[in-house]
Amino acid sequence: MSHAAIADKRPGSLRGARLPQWGPYAIAAGSVAAGLGISAGAGLHSSIQWALIAAVLYVLGTYGIAARVEGRRQAKDRVATSFVWVAFLLAVIPLASLVWATVKRGVKVLDGYFLTHSMGVVADSEPGGGIYHAILGSLEQVGLATLIGAPIGVLTAIYLVEYGRGRLAKAVTFFVDVMTGIPSIVAGLFILSIMLMLKMQPFGFAGSLALAILMMPVVVRSTEEMLKLVPNELREASLALGVPKWRTILKVVLPTSIGGITTGVMLAIARIAGETAPVLLLVFGNPFINSNPFEGAQASLPLYIYQQYSQSAGSTYAYDRAWAASLTLIAFVMILNLLARGIARWKAPKTGR
Amino acid sequence: MAKRIDVSGLTAYYGSHKAIDDISMTVEPRSVTAFIGPSGCGKSTFLRTLNRMHEVTPGGRVEGKVLLDDEDLYGAGVDPVSVRREVGMVFQRPNPFPTMSIFDNVAAGLRLNGNYRKSELNDIVEKSLRGANLWNEVKDRLNKPGSGLSGGQQQRLCIARAIAVEPDVLLMDEPCSALDPISTLAIEDLIGELKERFTIVIVTHNMQQAARVSDRTAFFNLAAVGQPGKLVEIDDTERIFSNPSVQATEDYISGRFG
Ligand SMILES: Nc1ncnc2c1ncn2[C@@H]1O[C@H](COP(=O)(O)OP(=O)(O)O)[C@@H](O)[C@H]1O
Ligand SMILES: [Mg+2]
Repeated sequence: MSHAAIADKRPGSLRGARLPQWGPYAIAAGSVAAGLGISAGAGLHSSIQWALIAAVLYVLGTYGIAARVEGRRQAKDRVATSFVWVAFLLAVIPLASLVWATVKRGVKVLDGYFLTHSMGVVADSEPGGGIYHAILGSLEQVGLATLIGAPIGVLTAIYLVEYGRGRLAKAVTFFVDVMTGIPSIVAGLFILSIMLMLKMQPFGFAGSLALAILMMPVVVRSTEEMLKLVPNELREASLALGVPKWRTILKVVLPTSIGGITTGVMLAIARIAGETAPVLLLVFGNPFINSNPFEGAQASLPLYIYQQYSQSAGSTYAYDRAWAASLTLIAFVMILNLLARGIARWKAPKTGR
Repeated sequence: MAKRIDVSGLTAYYGSHKAIDDISMTVEPRSVTAFIGPSGCGKSTFLRTLNRMHEVTPGGRVEGKVLLDDEDLYGAGVDPVSVRREVGMVFQRPNPFPTMSIFDNVAAGLRLNGNYRKSELNDIVEKSLRGANLWNEVKDRLNKPGSGLSGGQQQRLCIARAIAVEPDVLLMDEPCSALDPISTLAIEDLIGELKERFTIVIVTHNMQQAARVSDRTAFFNLAAVGQPGKLVEIDDTERIFSNPSVQATEDYISGRFG
């Protein structure tokens, strides 16, 4: 009896009606056209408005058409897919337009001269000048911050994952959590208070210290995750060979996870490379080339961008320079990301034959 | 070279949970001893107390004595690292080091311990791979990653890695449970050869395997779930499988429980 009832509900064949391959594209195109039409009819001018109308129409249209042609279950599946697409576009559009705007405005003055000269003798309202001093300052400050922050972060993570038990480990984890939430300006103020106590003038290394504080928790977190991914079996295999624990960590655990750890460090570098607030407080900015991070004010790329905007009273030359410096900074971060990916792939545990 | 193991009154804990209770047994040198028993009765735990791997687990504690010839592994001042150089281990799932080549995997124990002469390394690796019946299959690709081998080959690679440091005892925790029948046979043959040089202890869930490879068999059991595991009896394998002295052993072997 119940058997028959179930059997009756089954479709006669395993094949059901399917939307054609181009179906979703047609619905998307139709939604966009309808969105534009409705906006024009209602006199709406913002592109955000018609895009949102189109997105809603796309999701609803997908459901309606798919439910009619394919049935409800497939319709729900298609709606889920269309939501993912809409969310993806909502995330990508701002990012793409940001990159596009930066490139469009940045290339105007970005050339060899711009990259190899400082602002030394150029007033902010005049054309010319460059960002050599800012690149140099950024590289030195970020480099020194990495030299301090990355090893401490990696070692802390090793302690937490491989050795940490009990109270101390809990306390360290707690402080790392707290440090993750420190606003960058507060890290800058902290170092500034020490500098004021010691009666010091702004200099590059002070900025590095603040950047290192910001970098450390990021490195700890990402390294911790990478070390936890190393299977315990590998540690045990090494220990069972009579290898001491520290050598096991050095020769088995770290090599297995080095790709991921490097990626994490690179991303942390990318993050601090764009920090402006602590650099403003501690390094101050300097239109001249100062290659010594341990004495005297320095420039840095994010600081340069900010100062070109804020101190040039509407001069278009300064705006152009700020955009070109932004483009340089974005390029720097992207190169770091690509490097991180390359290293991760190169160092990944090999599985080939 | 192969040594006798003499365990007396051994109890092991995970934190406050007592996993095995008051186990005593003797394992003769150059013999194969098989541990059988239902899951969770503490075979792996007991095996890991024999090379002090038990205390690697957080909360792992041991009471009692394990004599290797005449030295107590748990005596005052004994370094667990040196114990593990004398008592090697092969795990249930093959676990070659993924960042290392086949050659480096076998050489890992020597290299990581730092006590070897460069000139000897090639010979030791070849000898160990031959010892593990793997040489002919991998001699042309020693520089390829170990993780590219089949499961059975990987397990033999792990055996080669373990015997390369010349331990006195080789512990194996269900070394064939992740392998196909042909690889299993290859490893069983290998165990027969290795017992000429090492004292071997093997945990297995496979009765036929215990009967085929071992000289002595120990049956472990636990009174109830949550209770500590105990050694029920240890005897010559033939006797355990034909005429055990405890009823529970016979029930287990004939498949009436477990
Ligand atoms: N890492 C661990 N932490 C806590 N308890 C464990 C751990 N490993 C095993 N045990 C417990 O110890 C007992 C024996 O387990 P085990 O030695 O793995 O048994 P077997 O190898 O015979 O199946 C079981 O009750 C198990 O729950
Ligand atoms: Mg087990």
